[in-house]
Amino acid sequence: MFESRIASPFAGESDAIASLGPIGRAVLRCREADIGSISDKLGIALPRAACRSESNGPSSALWLGPDEWLLLHADLQDDWVSRLAAHLEGELCSLVDVSHRQVALAVQGARAAEILASGCALDLSPRAFPVGMCTRTMFARAEVVLWRTGSMSFHLDVWRSFARYVEALLREAESEN
Amino acid sequence: MTTGHFRTPSGGRIDRSRPLRFSFDGRSYSGFEGDTVASALLANGVHLVGRSFKYHRPRGIMGAGPDEPNALIGVRRDQGRYTPNLLATQTELYDGLDAVSQNRHPSLEKDRMAVNDRFSRFIPAGFYYKTFMWPRKAWDRLFEPRIRAAAGLGIAPSESDPDSYAQRYAHCDVLVIGAGPAGLTAAMEAAKSGAQIILCDDRAAMGGSLLAANQVTIDGAPAARWLAGMLDSLAGMANVTLLPRTSAFGYYPHNWIGLAQKLTDHLADAAPGQPRERLWQVRAKQVVIAAGAIERPLVFPDNDRPGIMLADAARTYLQQYGVEVGRKVVIVAAHDNGYRTAHELKDAGIDIAAIADIRGDSPVAARARQAGLRVLTNAAIDGTTGKLRVASITLTSGGKRETFACDAVLMAGGFTPSVHLFSQSRGKLMWNEDLQAYLPDQSAEAERSAGACRGHFALDEALADGAEAGRSAAEAAGYPFRPAIIPLACAVAHPVGGGGHIGAAPTSDPSRPKAFVDWQNDVTAADILLAAREGFLSIEHVKRYTTTGMATDQGKLSNINALGIVAEATGRTIPEVGLTTFRAPYTPISFGTLAGRARRDLLDPARITAINDWAIEQGAVFEDVGNWKRAHFFPKNGEDLHASVARECLAVRESVGIFDASTLGKIEIVGPDAAEFMNRFYVNAWTKLGVGKCRYGVLLREDGFVLDDGVVGRLAPDRFHVTTTTSGAARVLGMMEDYLQTEWSDLDVWLTSTTEQWSVIAVQGPKAREVIEPLVQGLDLSPDAFPHMSIADARICGVPMRLMRVSFTGELGFEVNVPSGYGAMVWQAIWERGQAHDMVAYGTETMHVLRAEKGFIIIGQETDGTVTPDDAGLAWAIGKAKPDFVGKRSLARPAMTDPDRKQLVGLLTRDPRIVLEEGAQIVAPAAEDRSIGHVTSAYHSSVLGKSIALAMVRAGRARLGERLEVPMPGGSIAVDVVAPVFFDPKGDRVNV
Amino acid sequence: MLIIPCPYCGERPELEFSYGGQAHIDRPLAPSDLSDEEWNSYLYVRANPKGRHAERWRHIHGCARFFNAVRDTRTDHILATYKVGEPEPEIPA
Repeated sequence: MFESRIASPFAGESDAIASLGPIGRAVLRCREADIGSISDKLGIALPRAACRSESNGPSSALWLGPDEWLLLHADLQDDWVSRLAAHLEGELCSLVDVSHRQVALAVQGARAAEILASGCALDLSPRAFPVGMCTRTMFARAEVVLWRTGSMSFHLDVWRSFARYVEALLREAESEN
Repeated sequence: MTTGHFRTPSGGRIDRSRPLRFSFDGRSYSGFEGDTVASALLANGVHLVGRSFKYHRPRGIMGAGPDEPNALIGVRRDQGRYTPNLLATQTELYDGLDAVSQNRHPSLEKDRMAVNDRFSRFIPAGFYYKTFMWPRKAWDRLFEPRIRAAAGLGIAPSESDPDSYAQRYAHCDVLVIGAGPAGLTAAMEAAKSGAQIILCDDRAAMGGSLLAANQVTIDGAPAARWLAGMLDSLAGMANVTLLPRTSAFGYYPHNWIGLAQKLTDHLADAAPGQPRERLWQVRAKQVVIAAGAIERPLVFPDNDRPGIMLADAARTYLQQYGVEVGRKVVIVAAHDNGYRTAHELKDAGIDIAAIADIRGDSPVAARARQAGLRVLTNAAIDGTTGKLRVASITLTSGGKRETFACDAVLMAGGFTPSVHLFSQSRGKLMWNEDLQAYLPDQSAEAERSAGACRGHFALDEALADGAEAGRSAAEAAGYPFRPAIIPLACAVAHPVGGGGHIGAAPTSDPSRPKAFVDWQNDVTAADILLAAREGFLSIEHVKRYTTTGMATDQGKLSNINALGIVAEATGRTIPEVGLTTFRAPYTPISFGTLAGRARRDLLDPARITAINDWAIEQGAVFEDVGNWKRAHFFPKNGEDLHASVARECLAVRESVGIFDASTLGKIEIVGPDAAEFMNRFYVNAWTKLGVGKCRYGVLLREDGFVLDDGVVGRLAPDRFHVTTTTSGAARVLGMMEDYLQTEWSDLDVWLTSTTEQWSVIAVQGPKAREVIEPLVQGLDLSPDAFPHMSIADARICGVPMRLMRVSFTGELGFEVNVPSGYGAMVWQAIWERGQAHDMVAYGTETMHVLRAEKGFIIIGQETDGTVTPDDAGLAWAIGKAKPDFVGKRSLARPAMTDPDRKQLVGLLTRDPRIVLEEGAQIVAPAAEDRSIGHVTSAYHSSVLGKSIALAMVRAGRARLGERLEVPMPGGSIAVDVVAPVFFDPKGDRVNV
Repeated sequence: MLIIPCPYCGERPELEFSYGGQAHIDRPLAPSDLSDEEWNSYLYVRANPKGRHAERWRHIHGCARFFNAVRDTRTDHILATYKVGEPEPEIPA
């Protein structure tokens, strides 16, 4: 009866800047003492080191703050977060579904870091921002989560309402020679 | 077309196989690839390029770089691409370049405003301050318009700039500013350590003074060959980024440097769409400033005629561009560079009529005489002649006065180190008496200066100083120590060092007034002396009174001479007089560079909801709410705002409307202490709020004033769904985190923003239930099962839904929250269902009217940061039994309980057709000179058929029934004070 | 743009941070026990030193943590940063 496909706000698609499609997302928050047991129940080790990520199959956990992780699942299913919550029954923590709060772009290729440097003030050289590093930061005037998934590939998560703004700026940077 | 009569037969770094045509003030000329507009004009014998700012005196090219005060030109590419105030000395020539001079009417040769020069004795420094004071009325009508018409430099482009501008953040271990001898060795030594290097230079070609080095060898090779090898080596290193045409314009805290890179201005045909300039925001671990030095002019009578220029500029034009600045030249010198210039020009076949050295005899003078040059020592400079070009100069030496015919006069006053960027970095300068210069002393940043900008003027010193600076900068950036390289062996035919003259040059005729200190702002030595006589002692005051150093060149040539004159006039030393502040930008940069991509649609983020595209298709008119784009109203058939809103309001009250409320802030509060946190944070009591129920929450600042409001739903004992105002979303979450992290870290509760997780589709009106009920799965929407102020998670259209039965309209209402990726789909489904009930889409204006009819406040409209809950009629919301909540203590302060505080009331105009103006003041008929309140909201209510208003009025609740007045320019408007609920006061309509 | 060392994330650009005013002003545990004068002082009275200032910052566009910094107001140099709850560090002159 209804076409329940998830709408993407992005306008274009290119090799360097590509939409990553629907992704499951949840914000997990807990106290330091509970990281171990929660990691066990999630089946993924919540990183304790600042700005680092852990991946296990389609799932990843990105450190966003000392008590805050962004859990990602490559394939979005509407009940993914409620199933996770069931695993965490009895744990002292907060788990909130934010799958639709953000949308993701892959920025990739030899010019990936340069394109991002048009709006991101962080040092994106591999020594300062190695593969696996992730952080909230700003891209121009939009807050984003930037995650380096390969030497020449980044995952950029942005709040949905800012998606076209961020995409338009990235495409302008992409068009520069 | 004029050809270049003043071009040498060979030499220079121009490409003589590539001639270029260009025009200046409509006349055609030719030049070569590698020329600047200035060098190409000089090659054609054109010195006259502008009129001065105040006196409109004819002015010529003085310099060859960023210090040029006179040669400001406008360059036009097409209607939208006109750039004023470019320095001809830094504008690279391209084929077809179209340049015009500035500040002259009708032409450079005949300028009407040149009459100012004849009256110059009547318009000295401070003239404006003293003259245009009386009569007062004349200022607006006469003086200001005339002054404004005469003021301004260049003409602003009339069209929107069609070019694009890029920006990039960059990080490096060592940023080297300036690619002259010191900068090159600094970059090379730092690069050898493996450090990441950026080397920038404002010119097209790197090399600085080496580009014009003649009779100089480095390491046994001619300077040009050494330079080429050096640049090749640097370009081949993967850890070195070379940025030519890139000006370091500003040095900001923590080694943050702004670079402006010109990308296409030198091209006749730039690839379409490519950015014209790029702003680099560089964060460097270490900075090496190798900015060089600027030659000082000499201050003597009539020192501003075209053809009078800096000696080193003349040398640069000869050696770098193959241009003779004159055929018969007099050099006035206070520094050995005058002799070097004389030798090099003479070797090129130019007639040197005389060298007038204001100093005494010296070995360099003797050597010049041996070479056949005429040298006058202890010379005084008495003046020049020539209307549009210098024709003669009169000198006195040994008691003998003599006039020399000439077509160029070159000034060598010594070199001033370019300490601008060092000073911008808040480094401390120190006066060096030997070198007669301010030099960098204590650094405030991770920075070092190298070469001429710290007084190492000799080439071998500059090369060695740069190498050491580069080596130590790399070491300080964490790269392994390496021994410094052996200094390079240099052979320089005519070495120059420090010294020179500061202040007015000696003249035997001090009565002549036109000895210019600041060419661009037309400030003379006499002006500065006048300021000193009138009691201006601080150099900062002298600067502002005379405007010296305040033009676009920021006094690169003038400041130090002005200091010298003030010092002499007030009997102080130069360090006692001090220095004015160096400010960014070092040279002017375009607004485009600063704006970058932040223009037009990308000026600021336009936040859009999932329903945005649908609203655009429906023809909605949008308004900005913070960064959000919100549908303001949905006009049909050419309706205006009023007609559209009247129709939308009636439809919601009579049937049903749909409204995009997605922008409301949403926060999920989770944890066993969630209710306790809510109790401490909001004024309300939350403990007893049942699961599945909602409550209207009010939030105060600690000072007791209302900050935000919104409906809060309880999803589980340990989980709340909190909504905030659209504009308060980030502020409220930030304040919650502040209390949790810094005051109440004992609480087990966490906050997560879900603002954008949910699209919020408000369905409001008597038919709301009928519209959505068939789409909802897993929830009984009947009034008993799901009464007003309920919340539940269920499904709609096959996707997850969080449904709230709430109303900001006073009608039966639901807010359908769905994951925002499904927002457009669910909206469309509800819209289609609604058509059977004549559903309207309504915008923010209708939402405002409907809530005003019900007396619901809007944060920021009824409240202004000075409104307590009681003022706003919200005292009922306060949990009276709670010992504490944010802002509670402040509510007990005496001023907060004053019965005369402004309180929320309704106003009805006696004439129901008149809609009050929001913000209008309110008075009592008996005391019309005292405001007792203001109108906060006013609309025409189509439902009630009259105008309504909300207002904050002193002791307002005690005034119900009183008649007040709203004084307006057209007369007072009579209003009656009523309760602030105009429609359905009992609230029956939400409970159906 | 300043570089601010976040106690959690390390050195980051100022644009990721928001400022939070003077540090080490604790909210009274029982505000209703305070006199108007004492409450006024808590609400409004702040130091405005020329020189070292212990102040609150939040790495709002990073780890989102509040923390404290000692900044020299004359130079904008950040002399130390430390977590909420830790005492102001002693910094030799």
